[in-house]
Amino acid sequence: MKMTKIVRSTANTFAPFCLIFGLYVVVHGHLSPGGGFQGGAVMATGAALLLVAHSYQDIISLIRQNTMKLCETIGLLMFITAGLSALTTGGAFLRNWMAHNGGAFATPVAFGANPGVLASAGLIPILNIAVGIEVLGGLTVILLYMLSGVKEQEL
Amino acid sequence: MRFALLTALLLILLGGLLHIAAGLPFGNPPVTDMDDYFIRHGQEQTGANNIVTSVVFDYRAFDTLGEATVLFTAVLGVGMMFRKLKPGEEYEND
Repeated sequence: MKMTKIVRSTANTFAPFCLIFGLYVVVHGHLSPGGGFQGGAVMATGAALLLVAHSYQDIISLIRQNTMKLCETIGLLMFITAGLSALTTGGAFLRNWMAHNGGAFATPVAFGANPGVLASAGLIPILNIAVGIEVLGGLTVILLYMLSGVKEQEL
Repeated sequence: MRFALLTALLLILLGGLLHIAAGLPFGNPPVTDMDDYFIRHGQEQTGANNIVTSVVFDYRAFDTLGEATVLFTAVLGVGMMFRKLKPGEEYEND
């Protein structure tokens, strides 16, 4: 069921900002409040906005069910793979081996209150992104499943 | 009459609950060594400025893996409930 043009235009305007804000919350999970679960939920809200404002048939070509299922699976597999990668360095499962090896995400952080660096905290940003992808896919798939059962009727 | 009685009953219940809640001690959590350890060593050991994230995704990351699995299983359950019927299959009403 399609909503009025006002609602559709508002949803079209706000959905990209929802996605961008969710991405910001996910990526800055180790510096500011938030993280994978919260940011993923914000991104899924952007998808929900589009789904509610437009009809299911119009939006199914933009937000595909298979893509979202793939997102969910890839997120969980990425989490487990990141955990297993610690075993190759001789640590325990999910040990934060990237934080101190001088590589990509290993900028040292000063003690106390400071704004922080984006490329720090080792494995934590990767796990955050994995969980964000998974929550985005999972919540959107639930919405798509539920809306696919609604009978279409024109007002 | 019934509405007034119900409202009065609810108000009395609310007052009683608030009276009990007002008497509870609040705001003095016991200090543990664990909090001090996370606050003093968290930034140095994990490199994350957000202590909550460093606990959730580093010190207790295995718990977070379980949380992600719970979400995955929940979506699986919803998918099984909303699945398409096979041709010739009927709804079970029992």
